[in-house]
Amino acid sequence: MQTPTYLAAELRLPTNWLDYTILGIYFVVVLGIGLAARRSVKTSLDFFLSGRSLPAWVTGLAFIAANLGATEILGMAANSAQYGVYTTHWYWIGAIPAMVFLGLVMMPFYYGSKVRSVPEFLLLRFDRAAHLLSSILFAAAAILIAGVNLYALAIVVEALLGWPQWVAIVVAGAFVLAYITLGGLSSAIYNEVLQFFVILAALIPITVIGLKSVGGWDGLSDTLSQSHGDDFMTAWGGTGIGSDNPLGANWLTIVLGLGFVLSFGYWTTNFAEVQRALSAKNLSAAQRTPLIAAFPKIFIVFLVMIPGLVAAVLVPAIGTADSDLQYNDAIPYLMQQFLPNGVLGIAVTGLLAAFMAGMAANVSSFNTVFTTDIWAKYVVRHREDEYYIRFGRLITAIGVLASIGTAFLASSFSNIMSYLQTLFSFFNVPMFVVFIIGMFWKRASMKSGFWGLIAGTTAAMINYFVIYKQGIIGIPSDQGANFVSAIAGFVAGGVVMVAVSLFTAPKPARELQGLVYGTRSPGMAEPPAKGDDAWYRKPALLGWGAVILAAACYIPFSF
Amino acid sequence: MSEHFSERDLQQEVSELETRSATAARLFDIRRIIGGLFVLYGVIVTIAGVVASDADIDKAEGVNINLWTGLGMLILGLLFLLWLKLRPTAPPPPAAVPGDREE
Repeated sequence: MQTPTYLAAELRLPTNWLDYTILGIYFVVVLGIGLAARRSVKTSLDFFLSGRSLPAWVTGLAFIAANLGATEILGMAANSAQYGVYTTHWYWIGAIPAMVFLGLVMMPFYYGSKVRSVPEFLLLRFDRAAHLLSSILFAAAAILIAGVNLYALAIVVEALLGWPQWVAIVVAGAFVLAYITLGGLSSAIYNEVLQFFVILAALIPITVIGLKSVGGWDGLSDTLSQSHGDDFMTAWGGTGIGSDNPLGANWLTIVLGLGFVLSFGYWTTNFAEVQRALSAKNLSAAQRTPLIAAFPKIFIVFLVMIPGLVAAVLVPAIGTADSDLQYNDAIPYLMQQFLPNGVLGIAVTGLLAAFMAGMAANVSSFNTVFTTDIWAKYVVRHREDEYYIRFGRLITAIGVLASIGTAFLASSFSNIMSYLQTLFSFFNVPMFVVFIIGMFWKRASMKSGFWGLIAGTTAAMINYFVIYKQGIIGIPSDQGANFVSAIAGFVAGGVVMVAVSLFTAPKPARELQGLVYGTRSPGMAEPPAKGDDAWYRKPALLGWGAVILAAACYIPFSF
Repeated sequence: MSEHFSERDLQQEVSELETRSATAARLFDIRRIIGGLFVLYGVIVTIAGVVASDADIDKAEGVNINLWTGLGMLILGLLFLLWLKLRPTAPPPPAAVPGDREE
């Protein structure tokens, strides 16, 4: 995390009344969506999961937008300015295979078992220990990430618009609070779909003009190859095992660590993502949610990578002591340099919308897990449904206030926050191994889930904080160490699960119906909805199409 | 509730809530909002492009970026409204019979 408050004067955007009009209209629409969605909330299922009734294109775009928060956009542009075309790995190998796997393989179990959250699946498949552990950790992580998002928003808004940090934190927090409390998940998802299009309208002009300013793709490529070396403009150059590259990772750790463990952990078990698919109207739509999201994901990399690369050309010293600009400033810098009033307002709106959507995705998944998984199962059980809607609204307010608190904390202890974030990120890794073994191995016992989670998290943390940070083995960068820690956590979690399963009782077979590969719950099969048999709605075709397209995208960047 | 949760209970609970859910019947169609907002933004930004000063155009490397972005947003907005007109919101499903989610 960065705290570039001293950049304020330098990056200040020349906004005028026109830009503020555009921003103001957006805020009005956001609230309007919340108010209009309010009348659709009749049951707790409406509030937490949109009544499982949204069409696939809506949940698919929300799925991608929940990931396309502003920290992701600014961060991936920064990554590109620093590491070059290696950034494509976070998209093509580090997202697409996992998204397709979620849609084709895992979604029938998730959606078909009618669970309302990722932890609830663990409750059905394993036991209360695994359920409570994952619920509490997820809820805590969601609040932390929402707070960090809010803090990042405050820094950027202060630098770009000159608002004091507390104003930005309180205003953004209040809007998110209002529209989620009113309309629940439907309102969060609708705002995410809107944000998706606004952020595209912001990034496309920046990319086009940025490219023009450096002489097109050829000019960009020639300049950077000369200044940073040929590998900077390739995806795989210099990633041989033992060879040196700025990323600090080789092809094996990229494929296994990023492409397999980290990415599958994030995309298939992070409830802030999976929740979008669970709100789809039927199994086919739920399966298509991550698959529809995969196609924009393949191409969005160009809209964040090119601005990052352009910034590396225009400010050769970016990110070093010779320049006031940090890598994270790549996109704001191009906005300031190139965008006239009007489009500038769209870009500011897009960035703010992306920050708010990133926060809202976490808040709307937090309130669901806290209400249905923690409160309704362990604290106040068997109350009427209206009670849980009221509680959901209350906990949304508490969650937003807690993330506002976290944001203020982050502004004074930013190191502690980034440390905590790393810590929570290690929890995703064993989640994936527990899911994958639980879904494919009937014998995995009830207790093995909990111990797999504990062992995997511990192993990843030991590898990162002891072995890497103490320098016991040499890994050249934090990113590289992250990949290796993820692999260590995956292996440890898997080994412990198998070992515990061999010595403890398996779950009775009749309780595993619909949760493990090769089983079906009686009475759960849905007839396909009208029109879902069209060829372009076949999940297998969409999924394999995305994988082939992502692989093909690597070709021009591999030689 | 017994020591381990019965998934049948959870599934029954969710199925029961699904039959009472109001989202499908009462939630507005987002295409109208996207269409409306992008038409409005498109018009505003296109006008900014039509009256763009030389300084604006020079800043954007000689491209009248407001004009092009505005037109792009306008077209996107109109496409959403057209889509809504051609394929209107599906009528809400008839009073749900448990297990029957066909329209």
